[in-house]
Amino acid sequence: MAFLIIDRRQQGKQKSAVNRQRFLKRFRKHIKDAVADAVSKRSITDMDRGEEISIPRKDISEPVFRQGRGGRQHRVLPGNKEFVKGDRIKRPSGGGGGAGGQASNSGEGMDEFVFELNQQEFLDFVFEDLELPNLVRKQLKDTDSYKLVKGGYTRDGIPARLNVVQSLRGAQARRIALGGAIRRDMKILAEELESIEGDSEFEDRRREITVELDRLRRRLNHIPFLDDFDLRYNNIIRQPTPTTSAVMFCLMDVSGSMTQDIKDLAKRFFILLHLFLKRHYEKTDVVFIRHHTKADEVDEEEFFYSRETGGTVVSSALELMQQVVRERYPSDSWNIYAAQASDGENWHDDSPRCRDLLVNDLLPLVQYYAYVEINSGNEQELWHTYDEIPEKFADCFAMRKVSEASDIFPVFRDLFERKSK
Amino acid sequence: MSKSALIAEGSEWTFAALEAYEAEIARIASGKYRLDTYPNQIEIISANQMMDAYSSVGMPVGYHHWSFGKQFLSTEQRYRKGHIGLAYELVINSNPCIAYLMEENTLTLQALVIAHACFGHNSFFKGNYLFRTWTDASAIVNYILFAKGYISECEERYGVDNVEALLDSCHALMNLGVDRFRRPRPISADEEKKRQHEREDYLQQQVNDLWRTIPKRETEPEEKWPRFPAEPQENLLYFFEKNAPLLEPWEREIVRIVRKIAQYFYPQRQTKIMNEGWATFWHYTLMNDLYDEGLITEGAILEFLQSHSNVIYQPEFDSPYFSGINPYTLGYAMFSDIRRICEDPSEEDRQFLPEIAGSDWLDTVHHAMENYKDESFILQFLSPRVIRKLKLFSILDDDKEDAIRVTAIHDDDGYQRVREELADQYNLSKQEPDIQVWEVALRGDRSLTLRHTQHDRIPLDEDDAKEVIKHVHRLWQFDVHLECMQDNELTQSFVCDDEKVRVEKKDKKKTDKTG
Repeated sequence: MAFLIIDRRQQGKQKSAVNRQRFLKRFRKHIKDAVADAVSKRSITDMDRGEEISIPRKDISEPVFRQGRGGRQHRVLPGNKEFVKGDRIKRPSGGGGGAGGQASNSGEGMDEFVFELNQQEFLDFVFEDLELPNLVRKQLKDTDSYKLVKGGYTRDGIPARLNVVQSLRGAQARRIALGGAIRRDMKILAEELESIEGDSEFEDRRREITVELDRLRRRLNHIPFLDDFDLRYNNIIRQPTPTTSAVMFCLMDVSGSMTQDIKDLAKRFFILLHLFLKRHYEKTDVVFIRHHTKADEVDEEEFFYSRETGGTVVSSALELMQQVVRERYPSDSWNIYAAQASDGENWHDDSPRCRDLLVNDLLPLVQYYAYVEINSGNEQELWHTYDEIPEKFADCFAMRKVSEASDIFPVFRDLFERKSK
Repeated sequence: MSKSALIAEGSEWTFAALEAYEAEIARIASGKYRLDTYPNQIEIISANQMMDAYSSVGMPVGYHHWSFGKQFLSTEQRYRKGHIGLAYELVINSNPCIAYLMEENTLTLQALVIAHACFGHNSFFKGNYLFRTWTDASAIVNYILFAKGYISECEERYGVDNVEALLDSCHALMNLGVDRFRRPRPISADEEKKRQHEREDYLQQQVNDLWRTIPKRETEPEEKWPRFPAEPQENLLYFFEKNAPLLEPWEREIVRIVRKIAQYFYPQRQTKIMNEGWATFWHYTLMNDLYDEGLITEGAILEFLQSHSNVIYQPEFDSPYFSGINPYTLGYAMFSDIRRICEDPSEEDRQFLPEIAGSDWLDTVHHAMENYKDESFILQFLSPRVIRKLKLFSILDDDKEDAIRVTAIHDDDGYQRVREELADQYNLSKQEPDIQVWEVALRGDRSLTLRHTQHDRIPLDEDDAKEVIKHVHRLWQFDVHLECMQDNELTQSFVCDDEKVRVEKKDKKKTDKTG
């Protein structure tokens, strides 16, 4: 009997990938809600993983005409223990088992359809339709926007790029290929010549062979050592490098008035922001600035986990940002963004100074500045002062208030929502 | 038992061992037991691929649709959480017969699976009359490839969303897209491709003919209008493919594809008990033969027996694990009992099953496998002994009575009734609502009337029906009426116009008044 065993394990692992995407697309509304819910419930160190999503079963059912309950329904069941003919059994209440026929097979069990989003898909949903606003192509020097990289070999080029090894390798292969037949013939003739060596009977044949050998040798010599055809040149291609470059300043208040809860909310916000940038804008620089009375530029680790604290002078952070911009991120070649989180309390003379710094020095340089005020009560001093920022910056300045964890994600989405052009 | 006689040693499988097992099992199966099979193509796959195979409902390739994604996600989730194990194998009714084997299986399990799928199911596909008349095993893989290509071409041309909506509608009517009585034409991918273009033109023309008559209606006297369709039509998808007024040619082709696939799976839905029973009976018989010949060890046969008893485990009706009758259990019990009745009939057997008692068992099981489907198989062969063994009892749930009544149990009085009602339970035309195309208002608003013939006052599931009728409307694109009839009296009607569905219920009094 003919049969065949095939090992399929190495191929086609993701046959269902397309179907999976179709499913996610169809139920994106449900999934988005569940994702938003999940983001606000998670601990701040735990944003970066998949999520279990559940969707009401009735929303994803595939209806068919089928029999419902009612009427006279017969059913045969296994495992009779005590019943005899004519026994009457009370109807089980509710939807559970009983005589629903096929009805109970599909209706039974979970009311929710549960499945797992992997980390990729989860973050896709979290950051869907978000972008850095007002991102523009900043003019860079021409040499910077292209990178020259090696890209294999070509048949023509300038002598300076001649690749000797490749060329000679090709030439040798060609010589072997073209001379093969001749060499073979010569070998056969040489053997024949040897076998009739010294035999006067074959004098004519010997002469004939010698002539032929000479002719072949000449032909062999005519095969050029190096032909134009063999030459190979290094190929250099120009690879464009991204010409929009962006930097995000994260400014966080860590002063004494920021309670642990508020700090936690602020960190949540920045973690979202950080994930978003890492994911969508690979080439983005992030500058972390932390301040109490004095501002420091810190690294990611310290920004999120350090416990240092003190009084509050918000302008210190803005000054530091201004300084960093001046030194490292000139606004003619960088898209500059900033997000500031604070509880809104400030050293009372300092708030007007912050506003002036923003209006005069920073806002003209940045593409977008977002201020998030975190507290559970009324708006604080900084909010009121920032409220006076003139209309003309409406496009690049936004502020929102957050009072609890569940606000973070909506506010974040709101600040970075893709605006239709 | 000499050690050298063993086919293979150890519990890990190797390709060489699989080949050796296949050869030995083939020798016994075809030589001793006359199992006639398609050539086997065994494919080793991983758990992930098995989940892929699950979600494309066992087709080796499938077109894309979100519902397959849903299937995949739910299988994956339940598998990961340990709620379900994956099947050891999955087998496709094709020529060559493709069987997927999981790489996790031990050598003994692989042997079981080869006996079960490659010889049991395979010979069933080749021998059973339903499969012989309804499916063309050599063409199916090519046809599905064609369908996949065609549908993705449509997606490119007409948009994924349009195709998806159409497929949703077709899937909703899939169970009503089969010919129950006519023999379908065999399908072949080449022919389909070649003729598809002609057919598109021709179909459209036919539809146009049907509706071209409409402007003339004022002049024609009413009686002369023939009823359309002349006879009620049971195959809804076929009816829409040929007659829906506003479908585009490509839409008709997709309706046809879904219909053809439904038709291909129709025999499988009608032979669950027999197919699984047959395969289980043979894996049991073949493995025992291997053991008797000294080809496998005692350890292997014990491991096999454990898996085998897991497969045929039947939870009782009041167990939390109960989810209907296990087709493996019932089918295996019946085929084994047929063998017993042939070889060693009791007085009772001679009385109940006189035709087979004492006959040649191999002839009899082959005859049963070839000529029956679940319903008739049970009606013909369910013996009192199997009823007693499974302690089957039959209940009646009548909504006019305040309690469920036990109508028969495993005693002399009850055997016949249990047998008949169990057979009914596998009669698809009784388990699925009988809905046919009744009439098209050619003269009026072009509305379509479907008629549901109720039995035993069992109604349609209303929520689902409301959804499905929208799908019907999507295909027909004019008003759709669905009338539920019990003994020629209207009990309930659904009307769908432009996506709105109205449901009218008529209780007995009301109809009396109006009629």
